[in-house]
Amino acid sequence: MPQPFMTFTSRCVPLNEENIDTDQIIPARFLKGTSRTGLRKNLFNDRRYQDDGTPNPAFVLNNPKYAGQILLSGDNFGCGSSREHAPWALTDYGFRAIIASSFADIFKNNALKNNLLPVALKPNEVKALFKAVEANPALEITIDLADQQVLTPQGTLMFDIDPFRKQCLLKGKDDIGYTLGHLNEIEAYEQTHQSTPVSLSLKSQ
Amino acid sequence: MNPHSSAKTLYQKIWDQHVVHPKGENPEGLPTILYIDRHLIHEVTSPQAFQGLRDRQLPLRHPEKIIATMDHSIPTIGKQPDGSLKFTDPQAEAQVNALSKNCQEFGITLHDLTSDYQGIIHVIAPELGAIHPGMTVVCGDSHTSTHGAFGALAHGIGTSEVEHVFATQCLLQNPSKSMEIRIDGKLASGVTAKDIILAVIAKIGVGGGTGYVFEYTGSAIQNMSMEGRMTVCNMSIEGGARAGLIAPDDITFAYLKDKPFSPKGAEWDKAVSFWKTLKTDPNAVYDKTIVLKAEEIEPMVTYGTNPGMAVGISQCIPPTNSDSELAEALNYMQLSPDTPIANTPIDVVFIGSCTNSRMEDLRIAAKLAKGHHVAENMRALVVPGSQEVKKQAEAEGLSQIFIDAGFEWREPGCSMCIAMNGDQLEPGQACASTSNRNFKGRQGQGGRTFLVSPPMAAAAAIKGYLTDIRYWNQN
Repeated sequence: MPQPFMTFTSRCVPLNEENIDTDQIIPARFLKGTSRTGLRKNLFNDRRYQDDGTPNPAFVLNNPKYAGQILLSGDNFGCGSSREHAPWALTDYGFRAIIASSFADIFKNNALKNNLLPVALKPNEVKALFKAVEANPALEITIDLADQQVLTPQGTLMFDIDPFRKQCLLKGKDDIGYTLGHLNEIEAYEQTHQSTPVSLSLKSQ
Repeated sequence: MNPHSSAKTLYQKIWDQHVVHPKGENPEGLPTILYIDRHLIHEVTSPQAFQGLRDRQLPLRHPEKIIATMDHSIPTIGKQPDGSLKFTDPQAEAQVNALSKNCQEFGITLHDLTSDYQGIIHVIAPELGAIHPGMTVVCGDSHTSTHGAFGALAHGIGTSEVEHVFATQCLLQNPSKSMEIRIDGKLASGVTAKDIILAVIAKIGVGGGTGYVFEYTGSAIQNMSMEGRMTVCNMSIEGGARAGLIAPDDITFAYLKDKPFSPKGAEWDKAVSFWKTLKTDPNAVYDKTIVLKAEEIEPMVTYGTNPGMAVGISQCIPPTNSDSELAEALNYMQLSPDTPIANTPIDVVFIGSCTNSRMEDLRIAAKLAKGHHVAENMRALVVPGSQEVKKQAEAEGLSQIFIDAGFEWREPGCSMCIAMNGDQLEPGQACASTSNRNFKGRQGQGGRTFLVSPPMAAAAAIKGYLTDIRYWNQN
C-alpha cells in the first residue's frame, strides 16, 4: 500500500523542454524486467550518459548546481508510450512531484497511482519558476496537496487535481479496494449485460 | 460532453452502456466505474500486475475476456523446429517465460510463439474477431487506440490499471471531451491512411488531443478499409488522444463476418442490428471539430523527433525561427531548415509495427518493390504483424517479392518499432519507418526515424533516399 502523500519542501531540477516523451524518461530496452524497482539508474538513460557510459555533463540531472525532489518541465510531459516504468523510474530516482504546464493523459494517470504528483501550472507560472530556479538553484518551494498550492518565494500558485485522486494520495489508498467495494454492482452489471453482443465470452465460442 | 442532451455522440453511447456505478456527486467527486469488455495483454506491461494480484491474494476476475500474446521483446529471427524462436537476450526470454507462467497460473489462453495466432497484439485481436463495435477495450500499451477502428472505445493503460482490470473487470474513469476529425473528399493516388493521420497530427500537434477522444468522420474515412482505419486510429495517441473512434458500418461488419470469435448465426444478426445503432446522432455536439480535405493531403514524412513534426514530401523543412525545440530536433536529425525533405538519404527501411504491418500494407509495399532491388548498402526489413499475415503474404508470393528485392523477411513482432529485441538502428543511421514514433532513440540509441507510409518506405528502400511515390511510375 502506498504511503500518504505529505506536504514537502524541496529544490527543483529544471528540465526546460516541451514534449518530454516516456522513451526519453526510460528507453524501451530497460523494460525487460518483471518488477517495479531498480529503474533509477536508467532514468533518462540516453540523455544522462555519454556513449562510454560516463555522465553527460550537459544533462541537467548531472549538473551539480541542481538537485531536489521536484522536476520542472514544459508542455505535454510524459507523452508517448503507456509504460508505467516512467513514473517508477522517476520515483525510484527520488522525484515526488513533476511541475509542468501540461501532462499527457496516460502518464498523468500512471503518476497518480505511484505517489508521484503531477502539478499542472499555467505556462507563465512555469516560465517564471524556470527563471527563478535557474537564477537561484538553491531556491526551495513547497508543495501542499491538501490545499492544492505551490508555495514559492514569489507567491502562492494554485493547481487543480481530480478530487478522488487527491483523497487517494492524501490517505495512501489505492483504487482497487474502492472498486471492489462495489462488487455487488459489478455483478449486477454482468447479470444484465451477459447476453448482449458486447459481452461475448471467448470461451463460449 | 453534455449529459443533459438526448442526442449523443458515439463516444457517449459506448460510455453510457458501460457505467457500472455513476460518477459521485459528493465532495470527493468519485469517478465513474466503467465496465471493460476486452483486455489485451503482452509480456512487457503485465508481470508486475500479476504479481500485484498475488500480493493482494485476489483472483483474476475474467480470464476468458483476455487475449494474450508475446510481441514486444521477442526476436524476429531464429525459428526453431518446434515453432518457437531462439532468444539471444536472457532477460527478454525470462520476461516471455514469466508471461507463459502467469497465463497458466491464472487460466488465460496465451497465443505463444508456437500459436498460429501469435503476433502483435493489436494485429491479432482484430484478426481473431475479438474486438466488436461498442466494446470497451484496454491494454497496457498506448496503441490500443487501434481498435477504435471497430467503433470500440479502446485505450492504453498503465500496469496499475492492468492489475485493476484483472481484479475488477472495471476501470475508474472520468469522461473525456470529444473531438470530431472530419476528412472529406478522395485521397490522391499514392496517398494512404498513414498520410491522413500524420497530416492530422501535424495540424493539431502532439498534445492537441490531450483530454479528448477523437471521432474520425467524413467520406475519406467512410471509404477506407478496416486496415486503413486501424492505421488512423492507431496513431490517435500520437496526437495526445487516448482513444479514436470510427462508427461501424458495412465495411466493419464484412471484416468481422466469420472471424473466429465473431458471433455466429442468429447471434450475428442480433449483433449487427445492435452495432448499427452505434453512431453519433445527427444533433449531437462535439466539443471541437477539425476538418481536413483529403485532396490536399500529400504523402507525409516526419522531419523531427515527434510525430507532429511532419510535412508533405514535396515540402521544405520549416524554418526554426526562435523555436529551440525544433532547432534541437533538426540538429539531432542532421537536417537543415528551409530545405526540401525529399532526397534525404536513408540507411535502413522498416516495414512493420501495429500501425502498418497488415496485408494491405504489405501488398502495397510489395507492388512497389516488385522487379526492383533495394539500394546499395540499404538494410530493409519487412516484419509481418502476425502469423496469419505472414502465412497469407507467403501464399500470395509477397514474401518472395520482398526477398528477391533484397528485403529481410522476418517473423511477426514489434521489432524495430520499439527496438527492445535487438532489431535496432546504429547511432546516426536514418530509417524510413512505417511505425508510429520518431522520438530520439526510439528505434535504437542515436537512430534517426522518418515516419512514412508503407509505399513511401518501400520506395525509399529502392532509391536509397526519400522520394515522392506519386511520381514513381514516371521514373
